[in-house]
Amino acid sequence: MTNDAVLHTEGLTRRFGGLVANNNIAIQIHRGQLHAVLGPNGAGKSTMINLLSGDLRPSTGHIFFDGQDISGFSADRRSRMGIGRSYQKTNIFPTFTVFENCRLAAQSREPHPARIFSNALSYRTVCEAAERAIELAGLAHRAQRHANTLSHGEQRQLEVAMVLATSPNVLLLDEPLAGMGAEESARMVELLQRITPDHGILLVEHDMDAVFAVAKVVTVMVNGEVLESGSPEQIRGSAQVQVAYLGAEDEHHG
Amino acid sequence: MNRASDVGEPVLGAAAPAETRLLRREVVLPLFALVLLAFVPIVGSAFYTEVVTRVMILAIFALSLDLLVGYTGLVSFGHAAFFGIGAYAYALLSPKNEAASLWLTLPAAIGAAAIAAALVGVFVLRTRGIYFIMVTLAFAQMFYFVFHDTDFGRGSDGITVNFKPDLKLGDITLIDLGNSNQFFYFVLAMLVAAFLFLRTVLASPLGRALHGIKVNEHRMLSLGYHVFGYKLASFTIAGTLAGFAGYLSAVQSGFANPEILSWHQSGNVLLMIILGGTGTLYGAIGGAFVFALLEQVFEALTVHWQLLLGLTIILLVLFLPGGLSEFVARVIRKPVREHADDE
Ligand SMILES: Nc1ncnc2c1ncn2[C@@H]1O[C@H](COP(=O)(O)OP(=O)(O)OP(=O)(O)O)[C@@H](O)[C@H]1O
Ligand SMILES: [Mg+2]
Repeated sequence: MTNDAVLHTEGLTRRFGGLVANNNIAIQIHRGQLHAVLGPNGAGKSTMINLLSGDLRPSTGHIFFDGQDISGFSADRRSRMGIGRSYQKTNIFPTFTVFENCRLAAQSREPHPARIFSNALSYRTVCEAAERAIELAGLAHRAQRHANTLSHGEQRQLEVAMVLATSPNVLLLDEPLAGMGAEESARMVELLQRITPDHGILLVEHDMDAVFAVAKVVTVMVNGEVLESGSPEQIRGSAQVQVAYLGAEDEHHG
Repeated sequence: MNRASDVGEPVLGAAAPAETRLLRREVVLPLFALVLLAFVPIVGSAFYTEVVTRVMILAIFALSLDLLVGYTGLVSFGHAAFFGIGAYAYALLSPKNEAASLWLTLPAAIGAAAIAAALVGVFVLRTRGIYFIMVTLAFAQMFYFVFHDTDFGRGSDGITVNFKPDLKLGDITLIDLGNSNQFFYFVLAMLVAAFLFLRTVLASPLGRALHGIKVNEHRMLSLGYHVFGYKLASFTIAGTLAGFAGYLSAVQSGFANPEILSWHQSGNVLLMIILGGTGTLYGAIGGAFVFALLEQVFEALTVHWQLLLGLTIILLVLFLPGGLSEFVARVIRKPVREHADDE
C-alpha cells in the first residue's frame, strides 16, 4: 500500500483501563494541507495528538512518518524528526522570558551540548529563529517579559510560538485558539493559512468559524472513533455530524 | 525557589540604566567578599586560615551540588560519594615515603570521580523524585562500605598521607601546598575558578537546557531534547567537581577515611545549599560559610549543638524559603526592581 501522507496512522487504538479513548483511528496528514479535527469534549482528540507526538504509546496500531513506522519512537526523537506539537493546557517555562522560551525551543534544532564554553546567546541562527517565531505569533512587544507575567491569551500565543521555533514539518496543534482574544485568533488563523503550503498541520479546534475557514479536510470524532471525514462542505452538510455533534453544540449554545 | 537566577535572564539589546546598576551591585558584593577573604591569612591566625581553607573546599563541593539541585532539579542525597572518591584516589596514589605529583594525582582523582559519576548516573537517573533521593543515597552507602569494609580502603581508619603533593614545573616549585598560606590562596583561586567554570557552563547551550529541564522536563522532551543525556552530563560534571573538592580536602587533612563519604556529609552539603539558596551559585558558597559558622558558634555554646543547628536551619527554611541568597537579592535589588517593573 502506498501512502503519500507525511503522517498517517493505521488502526490506532488507545485504552485507559476499560475506556477506549481512541478506537481504530486511521488519519492522514498531507504536506500543504490543514487537517482539522472536531469533536465534543472527551472525544479523544488530545489523546490522538498525544499518540502522534509520542507523549502516549498506542495500545495497538501504527503511526507512520514519511512512510517509516515510528510507533515505538520516543517523543523527543519524533520532535527531532520534525513533528512539533502544542498543548491544550499551556506547557511553557513560566519563569523564563518569552525570548528564552522560544530560544530554548529553537536551540533544540542546533543543540551543541558539548560546547560548554560557548555562550548560548552567541548562536545567531538559534536567536533569529526564536525572534522570528515570536514575531509570527504576535508577541514581539512581549519578548523580554517573563512568561508567567503574560495574560492567558498571550501564553497561548507563546505556546504556538515555541512550536514554530522548532521549525517542524508537521504541526499538531491542540486547541491553539482557546483562550485567545478575537484579534489574536484572527491573526493566528491568518498565520496558519500562511504556513500551510509547506507544512502538514493537524488542528484540533472548537472554534467552528476558524476551522471552516482554514481546513481542507475535516475529521469529526465522537467517543474515540472517527465519525466522518471529508471536505468542510461535506462535513457541514452531513446529517450524521449534525446529529452527533453540531446539533448538540447548537442546543448548548442556543 | 530560585527567583534570583531566573530574574537574571539575559536581556538583548542595550541594558537599561537600572540593569547596569543591578549588574554593578551583583559584581561589587562578591568582589568585596573576595577581597575580605584574601585578607584572612594576613590578619588571621594560622588556625583560622586553615578553617577558612576547609570551608572554601566545602564551598566548591556545595557549588558542584548546586549544579544538580539548583539548575537541573536533581536532588542527590549521595553526592559525598564523589567527594570521597576524589579524596581516596589521592590517598591511594600517594607514595608512602615521598611527595606525590599534583600533575599525576589530580587528573587521576578527577578522572576517577568522573567515571564513577557517569556510571552511577546511568543507573540513578532512571528514577525521579523521592526515588532518586533514595537511590543516590543507596549508591553512596555502597561506596562507603567498599572503602570501610575492604582492605583496598584500609577499613575505618582510612589512609594517611605523609607528604603534601608537589606542584612543580620542571624543578621549580610553583606553589608549596604544605605552606598553609600558599595552600589557602591556591584553594581560593580554585573556588573562584570553580564558580567561573559553572557560570560559563550555565550560560552555554548545555546549561540553558539543564535549566529548562529543571523548570519543565516534559516540555524539553517535547521540544526534542535528549533529556537523559543532559541529566547524565550534569550528574557527571557535578560528580567530577565534587571529586576535585574531595582531592583538595584530602590534601589539606592528609588523610582519607570512610567518614568523608558517609551520608552525613551528603546531608550537610545539601543543607549548605538549602541554607544559602539553590540555583544561584552565590548561595552555595554563602551557605557553606554560614553552615560552618553556625557549627562553630553552636559547638562553643552547648553540647547539644546539632539540635540547635537543626532548629536554626528549619527556622531559616520556613521563613526564607529561597535561602540566604534570596534575602540578599531582596535587599540589593529592591530599589532597582521598583523602576524595572513599571514598563
Ligand atoms: N491519561 C489518561 N488517563 C485516563 N483517562 C484519560 C487520560 N487521558 C484522557 N483520558 C480519557 O480519555 C477520553 C478522551 O480524552 P481526550 O483528552 O483525548 O479528549 P478531547 O477530545 O481532547 O477532549 P477536550 O475537548 O475536552 O479536550 C476522556 O474520557 C478522558 O477522560
Ligand atoms: Mg483535548
